[in-house]
Amino acid sequence: MHYIEPHAHMVSRTTDDYEKLALAGCEALCEPAFWAGFDRSSADSFYDYFRQLTDYEPKRAAKYGIKHFCWLCINPKEADDPGFAREVMSLIPQFLACPTALGIGEIGLNKNTRNELAIFEEHVQLALDHQLPILIHTPHLEDKLKGTRLILDSLSNFSHLERSKVIVDHVEEHTVSLVLDAGYWAGMTLYPNSKCSLDRAIDILETHGPDRLWMNSACDWGVSDPLAVPKCALQMKNRHHHADAIQRIIYHNPRNFLSQSPNFVL
Amino acid sequence: MPSKQELLDLQFIEARHKLIDLAAFLDRIDRHPGTGDYRQEALKNALPILLTNSPDRARRILEALSDPTTEPIPKADFQGACGAPKPQQ
Repeated sequence: MHYIEPHAHMVSRTTDDYEKLALAGCEALCEPAFWAGFDRSSADSFYDYFRQLTDYEPKRAAKYGIKHFCWLCINPKEADDPGFAREVMSLIPQFLACPTALGIGEIGLNKNTRNELAIFEEHVQLALDHQLPILIHTPHLEDKLKGTRLILDSLSNFSHLERSKVIVDHVEEHTVSLVLDAGYWAGMTLYPNSKCSLDRAIDILETHGPDRLWMNSACDWGVSDPLAVPKCALQMKNRHHHADAIQRIIYHNPRNFLSQSPNFVL
Repeated sequence: MPSKQELLDLQFIEARHKLIDLAAFLDRIDRHPGTGDYRQEALKNALPILLTNSPDRARRILEALSDPTTEPIPKADFQGACGAPKPQQ
């Protein structure tokens, strides 16, 4: 089995995790820019973070034969201060020129504030200006449904947006139809305590079909499992999914979406 | 696709475990001092959905535990999420 991990925050993981991913068949992984668990004090912190994503992590992954790609943005949790967010966003174009940068992400909403929404829309315009795909984070728990609706309403105002170049991540049973019916891709995040369990993700897959769906671990510094994708593949096998269907969801679907970025070359 | 019988063989013990764990959590909350908060009520209010025969119980429980408002808020008073909407929302 080989697979693509389309959403992992490896800056928060050990090198041992890279080895485990390689042993499990991970061929490539993609790391969206996100929150560090605390608010950074200056745009300089983001400059170094973007260097880490575009330079250091690809080298660390390469030692285990894994291709590392990244998405760039200021995450929604730190986007509620528009002045600060715009200062960080001014750094992004120079890093988009890096050979492993895929697009803009993970942008989105956290607490569904007006400022978060304004910075989200400026990120979407940045992606459009550079003709790049977009990876969208949807809020946590009680904020997810409202945030997903606000995000989809906002995206509908961008008349030139190619919906096939946008993935809305962290969908669950109450948001997946909203995303897929609007023509976007949807990501299912496999978490032990929140978002989707392995079996719920497979339920969504069985209910909605495999078109425009992927699954990811979104492993980070919190409660998460870098091997969630291969574990879900094993559970799909236990639930009698054919090997081709498993390979489609863990490899071909992410490869098809990510290949819309000119830098995604395996 | 596995049959109902096969799914029961595969997952009944796990589902039983989760059901008992939820019951024990509610017992634990009742046994301890204090008044609790809106999350306890939100959980109890969602439980009847389990007993319906609709094919989308998971979606309906998620919706029951979601913020029902539709407009962006002016400012967040904290960054995290609690798992159930606050009563004033």
